Order: sequence, then structure tokens, then C-alpha cells
Amino acid sequence: MAFELPSLPYAEDALEPHIDGRTMGIHHGKHHASYTSNLNGAIEGTDLEGKSIEEILGDLDAVPENIRTAVRNNGGGYANHNLFWQIMGPDGGGEPSGALAEAINSACGSFDGFKSQFSAAAATRFGSGWAWLVAEGGVVSVTSTPNQDTPLMEGKTPILGIDVWEHAYYLNYQNRRPDYIAAFFNVINWAKVGELFDAAG
Amino acid sequence: MMQSDIRNPLSRRDVLKAAVAGVAVAGGQLHPLSASLAQAGKPQQFKLPPLPYAYDALEPHIDARTMEIHHGKHHAGYTKKLNAAIEGTDLVGKSIEEILSDLDDVPEEIRTAARNNGGGYANHNLFWQVMSPDGGGAPSGALAEAINSVFGSFGDFKVAFSTAAAGLFGSGWAWLVTDRGSLRIETSPNQDSPLMAGNSPILGIDVWEHAYYLNYQNRRPDYIAAFFNVINWAQVSENYAAAA
Repeated sequence: MAFELPSLPYAEDALEPHIDGRTMGIHHGKHHASYTSNLNGAIEGTDLEGKSIEEILGDLDAVPENIRTAVRNNGGGYANHNLFWQIMGPDGGGEPSGALAEAINSACGSFDGFKSQFSAAAATRFGSGWAWLVAEGGVVSVTSTPNQDTPLMEGKTPILGIDVWEHAYYLNYQNRRPDYIAAFFNVINWAKVGELFDAAG
Repeated sequence: MMQSDIRNPLSRRDVLKAAVAGVAVAGGQLHPLSASLAQAGKPQQFKLPPLPYAYDALEPHIDARTMEIHHGKHHAGYTKKLNAAIEGTDLVGKSIEEILSDLDDVPEEIRTAARNNGGGYANHNLFWQVMSPDGGGAPSGALAEAINSVFGSFGDFKVAFSTAAAGLFGSGWAWLVTDRGSLRIETSPNQDSPLMAGNSPILGIDVWEHAYYLNYQNRRPDYIAAFFNVINWAQVSENYAAAA
């Protein structure tokens, strides 16, 4: 069964003014759609068909060498954007609560400590990539990856991620990546991130 | 380095002045260029070169707003961060080619900053030069012969270069370089430069999304095709002759 592009869980313009409708439309309808179709093209006819994207990315060594780079890049792009749409929302912003808030305070000192650490990771990722909050054994940490690499490739579970490829912000923010990162905090769906934290165990 | 001319002994005062200005002092003696810079009271800094044409000169292939932000913000940012990274080190006064071709020699704590921002500085210096409002067409002379000899024809070169530029995943560049005299196409991630491997880039296309996103969005292949309409082949030929 082929991987399918999930539909956006809100309208393309729902995150305005923080993320503009045109960026969302192209990001989802062109970039994410391409990763999906290129991933399907790469695995067609192999025994990766039918595996989950987490299974595939969690064991890239098991992917035939001739398609490994294509699977890494496009499979990463497929999974990363699946998460990205979910952890944003028009009713987002604010702060986490419950067990997630406690884990964040424990790892980063405070929510502000987390915010600085996460923003710095996102701002200093040179070139294209992502900054992440990952969960491992109930403990969270901030990290970043180049291009479409994902923490899943290292056996870690991403529960929050910000896309810092220029395509995620260039139409609205151009070279001002820090402004985009600041705006992203206004649309984070902390309820969803809390669910992902609980599910990660 | 012009080693033969550093025989004039310097006074202690000159050396101190140079040290304060952040100029390298080797064996108690100064490189004459460094000495004159020290006397001018400030260490040499890398400068953002002006664009050799107007922001809108490459339209419709590359739009003015992209050119303005690309040069005035991105390239300016690399220049400023490069200067900040090397300030007070003995890299001040070296050429960007010297620095990038021997990154192992850069102090470890500033190596990544020098690599990324120095690469960004040098890559864009070349990029503006190899484009022109009077560009396009095909190369001539020795460069044309070399391209035909390596790639078969100009058309074949165009396909190979475009494929390389389209296939670089993420941010980076595609290059035509000379490697010990022979031409080769290669790509580099982020702001890495062929200079880092000792090769001379004579043509380069920036495929960071900031180079084309305002006008082309996800359609990188359209930008690559448009780039061929602005390539300044006369300049690329000069670069080729200088690298040979």
C-alpha cells in the first residue's frame, strides 16, 4: 500500500498571520506531496511496501543501498511534515501542561529555558533542516537534524519539530528566520505535543 | 606571502600597535602589508563587493527583490559573520582562498563559522560575477573546446550541470570546477566551496531556496533553466584561463 499525503487538519490560511496561506498551500501541496510521491516511487516493488514509515526510518540499514538515499530524504520528508502539520494549530500557542510541562522543566529549567534552547537550535541549524523536541524514556531533549533527517533514524521519538528549510518561511520572512521561529511559538498545538509525549512513554 | 621583504626591523611600538589592531606578528616582524594596515589603525576586513549590475538587471530570469535580499542580506550576513569569526586571529589579512583551502589551519573553535561564512562569502563573490544582463548563449574559445572535450557538447554539459543542480538535496551549490587543469561538475552542501578540496570553481549556481523561492517556489528546475539565460560566459572563460 502506498503512502498517502495526509490532508492538512485546518485550512491553508488558518495559521495566519504567523504562517501565511500561500506558504502553507505550497508547503503541503507541493513539497510534502513530492516527498510522498518520490518515497512511493523509490520503494515500489520492494519489500518496504506495507511497512510503516517509522519502521523504515528506524532501520535505514535494512533499506537496499540503491534506494537508501531516496528513502532517507523522501521518507524523512514524508514523516517530518506529517508531524509538523499536527503539532501546529490555529488555537495554538501558550505553554504545555501536565507531564510534558514537568519533563520540559526538568530538562530545560523552565519553559523559557526550553524556548531559548529550541529557538537557538532552530536558528543555528545551517542550511536546510529541522529542530526537534524528542522524547526518550520519559525524558525530553532539544536537538536538530540536517535536511530531512529525523530523530527516528536514531531511535528517538520526535514530539515537536520546526521546519527551518527556507521553503517553510521565505515567502513571508525571507532571511529573517528568527522572526519565523518566534511566530511558530504562537501556533504550537501543545495539547497534541502532550499526547505525543504520553504515547512515546 | 612575500617573505623576501620582511627584513625591516620594526620598533617595539609598531609591534604593539599592530598587536592591538589584531594583526599577526610572526617572529617579531610584520608582513609589510600588515604593517601598513596596522598603521592605518584597523585590521583588514572582508568587504561585501557591490553587485556589478542593478538589482533588476537579470529580470525576468532572476527578480530584483530576490537579488536585493540575496546580496544585501544573505551575502552581507556571511561577510559580517566571517569578519566577526576571524577578528583578532592571524587569519586577518589572509585571502579568502587561502583560508578556505586550508581549513585545518583555522582554530577549531572558529572553524565551522569560518567554513560556513567564509564559504558563503566566496561563493557569492563568484556567483554575482558569473551572471550578467548580457549573459546566456554558449561559451567560446578554449573553454568551449574543453567543455566539448569533457562532456561531448555544450548541450550535454547543460544537461549534466542542470541535473547536478536539481539533484543536490537541501541547500548547496552546483559547480563547474577545474581539477588539476581538467573540467568537472560537482556539487557541495550548504556553503562548502570547491576551494576546500583545492579545486577552482569557475561557474556556480546557488541552489539554496533563498536564491529562487520568491519567484520560483518549489520549481527549482525552472530556476536552473533560467540561470542559463544569464550566465556570463566571458567571465567564466576568464576564470578558466586564470585557473589553468
